Amino acid sequence: MSDKTDVWQGTLALMVLKTLESMGPQHGYGIARRIEQTSGNRLALNYGTLYPALLKLEQEGAIVSEWGTSDNNRKAKFYRLTRVGKKQLEREARSWEQAAAIVARFLSPAEES
Amino acid sequence: MRALRAFFRRLRGLLDHRPASDDIAAELDSHVQMHIDDNLRAGMNPEEARRQALIRLGGREQTQQAVRERTTLPWIETFAQDLRFAFRQLRKSPGFTAVVVITLALGIGVNTALFSIVNTVLLHPIALPHPEELVAVDASKPNFEHGSVSYPNFRDWQRDNRSFAAFAVFRHMGWVVTGNGEAERVHGDFVSSNFFSGIGVKPVAGRLFAPGEDEIGHAPLALIAQGFWARKFGSDPGIVGRAMILDGRAFTIIGVIPASFDLNLGSFRAEDVYVPIGQWDTGALKNRGAGLGIHGIARLKPGVTLAQARADMYAVSDHLAAVYPEDDHGLRASLTPLRDVIVGNVQPILLVLLAAVGFVLLIACVNVANLLLARASSRAQEFGVRLALGASRKRIIRQLLTETTLLALGGGALGLLLAAWGTGAALRLAPAALPRAAQIHLSPLVLCFTFLISVAVGIFFGLVPAWNLATQQPQNTLREGGRGIRGSRHRVQDWLVIFEMAAALVLLAGAGLMIRSLVALSGTDPGFQSNGILTFSLSAPYSPGTATPAGATAWVHEVDRRIASVPGVTAVSFVDGSVPMTGDDDEELFWLQNEPKPSDTNDMHWALRYMIEPDYLKVMRIPLLHGRFFTDADRGKTPPVAVIDEDFAHQFFGEANPIGQVLNLTDPDQKATVVGVVGHIMQWGLDNDAGFPLHAQIYRPYAQINDGDGISAAGMTTDIVIRADHPDTVFPDIQAAMHRMNAQPVAYGAKTMNQIIADTLAARRFSMILLGAFAALALLLAVVGLYGVISYLVGQRTQEMAIRMALGADCGNVLRWVLRRGAALAGIGVAAGTIAALLVTHFMATLSLAKSSILYGVRPWDPVTMIGVIAILMTVALAASYIPARRAASVDPMRALRSE
Repeated sequence: MSDKTDVWQGTLALMVLKTLESMGPQHGYGIARRIEQTSGNRLALNYGTLYPALLKLEQEGAIVSEWGTSDNNRKAKFYRLTRVGKKQLEREARSWEQAAAIVARFLSPAEES
Repeated sequence: MRALRAFFRRLRGLLDHRPASDDIAAELDSHVQMHIDDNLRAGMNPEEARRQALIRLGGREQTQQAVRERTTLPWIETFAQDLRFAFRQLRKSPGFTAVVVITLALGIGVNTALFSIVNTVLLHPIALPHPEELVAVDASKPNFEHGSVSYPNFRDWQRDNRSFAAFAVFRHMGWVVTGNGEAERVHGDFVSSNFFSGIGVKPVAGRLFAPGEDEIGHAPLALIAQGFWARKFGSDPGIVGRAMILDGRAFTIIGVIPASFDLNLGSFRAEDVYVPIGQWDTGALKNRGAGLGIHGIARLKPGVTLAQARADMYAVSDHLAAVYPEDDHGLRASLTPLRDVIVGNVQPILLVLLAAVGFVLLIACVNVANLLLARASSRAQEFGVRLALGASRKRIIRQLLTETTLLALGGGALGLLLAAWGTGAALRLAPAALPRAAQIHLSPLVLCFTFLISVAVGIFFGLVPAWNLATQQPQNTLREGGRGIRGSRHRVQDWLVIFEMAAALVLLAGAGLMIRSLVALSGTDPGFQSNGILTFSLSAPYSPGTATPAGATAWVHEVDRRIASVPGVTAVSFVDGSVPMTGDDDEELFWLQNEPKPSDTNDMHWALRYMIEPDYLKVMRIPLLHGRFFTDADRGKTPPVAVIDEDFAHQFFGEANPIGQVLNLTDPDQKATVVGVVGHIMQWGLDNDAGFPLHAQIYRPYAQINDGDGISAAGMTTDIVIRADHPDTVFPDIQAAMHRMNAQPVAYGAKTMNQIIADTLAARRFSMILLGAFAALALLLAVVGLYGVISYLVGQRTQEMAIRMALGADCGNVLRWVLRRGAALAGIGVAAGTIAALLVTHFMATLSLAKSSILYGVRPWDPVTMIGVIAILMTVALAASYIPARRAASVDPMRALRSE
């Protein structure tokens, strides 16, 4: 394997939602590239796993999709965050931060000792 | 919540996933395009750009599949696919599908129908609380195992026993009810006051009898049945406290017995009216030695066993016998569990039928297994190809299971329809003796039973071929050109067909013997000519004109004259006492001239008594063997006379001439001279006359017994027999003739003697028809099985036979070869079946129906039956093999060889 970190389950949805929040409507390829860029190219995203995740979010009502035209004049399917999705993002971001903080606290005393 | 929303979206995706999959393809195309564009911009050559884009996507097909699975619900998807495929497969071979479904339906249908009957009759025969505590209580006497209990003995047994929570008696009775519309004859029972409370029946209106209300001399009360309440009183809620006129006396109605109450015990029937037994105005009620047809029913105290109760009641009755030797000598209480009394007669036959129906289901299942095996091997190539192309075995087994379960469910559903129809049909044939026949219906339990059978059969037999398929090596199958695993599967199918043949033979033999029994019975001479005889009852209310002896005699003459003048009626006779074949019996107690008077009634001689008029012999066409029969001159004032039957003469006078012998009779006290001897008649029924100890028969002139009495205040009821040209249709004319008389006697309950005899054989006919139907079904199924196997064999060997024919074998050779094969299978089956049949019929001979064996007048190894059923089976088997044999013989060798 490369030194790039795989995207572990569950976080991909959060990244997708965050990406859509910050970038506005975007197609699947764009979302994938953006996630890679944001991570400073340290995440290796298998693009194939993105599409089932998008479909799942759409089925859950967090995002909606419609066909549009990309910057390069290609036909592409654009995803947009819904209100349900915004709430889901806030909730998951918060719980993620909490989890991260808890894990950090577990780890920090170990570093001190 | 989110998961739920997603689930519904996916469920919707299931319905219109085709556009969605186009959508996914387009989206992935656009993804790859954009990636290629970027790669090109990064300076890759077009080929490399495309390759990299696809690699990063992780395979376009896999991605599309992953998304598609996410679009819908994959397991439902697969199941739906299997189901669609199964439907398509079954539709493609309608013959196979139809045969399997119909076979299963027949097996399951007859099973459910019979199980419904057994469920009600054998498993729930008594619709009363705690039926296991109920016992029938009778008095066993020298001539009667289950004789009637006299009222004084009942009262003493009731007082002295320590085993019964309740002990009640009943006596069947009929009354003429007047004052509410037309005069009508109603049936009902005298009961002791604790009867309904004791067996656990609650009234729907009013109350039951209270203790003491059955005492002799108590004010007359009555309970009525719910049906009678509706019919006669329009379910009037104010019925309680109203009066009803029975035989001219006013009875106060105190309550209504629910329509759900049903008890068919001895002479007891749940009918219209119940009256406390103390209201019976017969002087004999207080007579300890009187046999009045009163029988008992008791509920054991909790924890008391039958053996304990018997011991207790023996002690009680033995004590009474010591105290009252004149009446109770040799008399003992007899206790029988109620269930045995009610289902005892039909239990063996229902069990035989249940076994037969089990055989039918077994044959049906074997057939289905056989068909599935044959089909599986003819599809071996298809599955071989699928395995070779990478289908998982699990998937193939699942699909096969779907297919067979579908078949089984189809069979089950059709079988249920068949069962509903079959239960009705069986019940129309059912004898009246079948307890709770009216309550028989398809119960939920039976529904589950059928459903489980059908699914279990499908899954089990679906698994056998599935297992074979899944374990085989695809290359073998493909190499064999789809002929599957030959040897072993053939052998299994052969054994299955042999088993079917054997089982069918057993059923045929059983049914054949039942038919022979019934034929033997219908050829039995009852001692009289039943064609042309009609019996009915006549009730006459009290009237001042008939209250005197002379008035009553004149009235009887008038009734005779009026009936005889109805066109088509050739002879008329009143009958009091025993009536042949009806189960009504009456006994004369006597001692011979040269004997001292016995000290108690049980030491006297007993004979069946018929009190009749001179024309009785003409009505019945009983042969007069010696002396004379009665004439109109034998009246109350002339010397008492009697006519006896040949059995009586033989039993009591041996070789001596019976004419002129004098008998000391007891009821009434008369010395009667024997003036004639007539032929013996069957009193108890064609099949079980020999089973009863009492055979001697004595005839007395009606006039010499009843001439001294007028018709009492309670009126009178008698039976009448007539001979008529058209006994089926003459009754309305007789009713009309009676209606025109003064004081309107009511004629009712008409039955031709042929009907009565048929009723005594109803249980036999019922079981014969059912067993015959099952045997026919088994034969049909077995033949279908044989046909299937031979057809399959022919189909598999087409090439071989084509080669034979090409090498010079003619059609006849091939035809004979196939027929030999069918005959061999059938022959082995018949041989095995014959041995099994002999064991089974031997067992059948030990089973009894009422008082005689199920098999009557025919040995269990009856050669005619055996040879007959073997001939039938072999003929049908050869016919079934002939059709595929013809097909094999007409094969065009060139075409068959070329097609391989």
